Amino acid sequence: MKCKVCGGTAVISLKAYNNALCANDFISFLENRVLKTIQKYRLIDVDDRPLIAVSGGKDSLSLWHILDRLGYATDGIYIDLSIKEYSQISLEKVKSMADRLKRKIYIFHLEEVFGKDIESISRIIRRPPCSACGMLKRYVMNKVSLDMGYNMIITGHNLDDEASALLGNLLYWKDEYLWKKGLELKETEGHLSKKIKPLFLCSEREMAAYAILNNIDYIHEECPFSLDAKSLVYKDILNRLEESSPGTKLQFLKGYLKVSRIMNIQRKQAMSYCKICGYLSSGDICSFCRLMERLGVKNDIKFHEYKPKKIPS
Amino acid sequence: MKVEIDGKVIIVEKAPTVLRLLEKLSINKESYLVIVNERLVTEDHRIENEDSIRLVKVVSGG
Repeated sequence: MKCKVCGGTAVISLKAYNNALCANDFISFLENRVLKTIQKYRLIDVDDRPLIAVSGGKDSLSLWHILDRLGYATDGIYIDLSIKEYSQISLEKVKSMADRLKRKIYIFHLEEVFGKDIESISRIIRRPPCSACGMLKRYVMNKVSLDMGYNMIITGHNLDDEASALLGNLLYWKDEYLWKKGLELKETEGHLSKKIKPLFLCSEREMAAYAILNNIDYIHEECPFSLDAKSLVYKDILNRLEESSPGTKLQFLKGYLKVSRIMNIQRKQAMSYCKICGYLSSGDICSFCRLMERLGVKNDIKFHEYKPKKIPS
Repeated sequence: MKVEIDGKVIIVEKAPTVLRLLEKLSINKESYLVIVNERLVTEDHRIENEDSIRLVKVVSGG
């Protein structure tokens, strides 16, 4: 197969775009796609101070690399959930990218604050580990962002993550989540940092290819708690549809964005905030502060800074 | 021919192209990338007996 830009040997075919590209042209294509997404949806302004949530996986590490190449100076945050070897290897990959980009990382160790790992905490609060993980990560990312003077959090959620979540929400008509998807979650001053997803329209396959072609060392192992995740079933179904009808996933999400915008259906809900910490909460006290109280934890949120040898001024 | 998939090496009957190999293994083209001799390749790439072949899963949960 030949590259449709330069005629060289193609390394990837992109059937959704009726395209095939060589390594260099694919890298340019994907970086340009992220840039266009950021510009079209006005995700990042010149005076913004973004913080990227990195997990050690292909999506967040590749996105960090792309943002750096596009000139968006971004520091990282890594949340260590104490999942044995998985967390240790992930952190090594994150540090390796921080060294490569010469950017710093804030590291939060769950066990250091709570004295327990994610499995124990999920049992205590009677939530599945993935749900407990999401609650803790959202809280800590927001806290670090606000405390350290960043005004937005960037995550590596890709097209497949978003399409599978949307499919799950549709199948069970989860009305409370259905219209909350999107590229951006607006900030609430003093309470919530803005959140953005620049990979919203980039597929997992594209992100893995980008990581491989740029020698990005990411963790290939699956989180042990996500092996039975329903999202994997939805992704499999969507990939079967994609194989028979290329472009299905992209149209699914683009259609969603259009419908939610046209119908102006992103309804404004009354926000309430935690009386202890000010974080978004459905009751008087947020889930995180309730957990702190329950475990008798009085320490403030501690995190470490990992600084590569040379940081650009 | 030997193929590495998800960290394990399996023996597969020879396939002339990457596409035929994926079909033999009933693998969805959207879910895996194929590396031949340490280079990412497209589905029409011709496979030789001595090639080193690695399938990289692109789907992750969570």
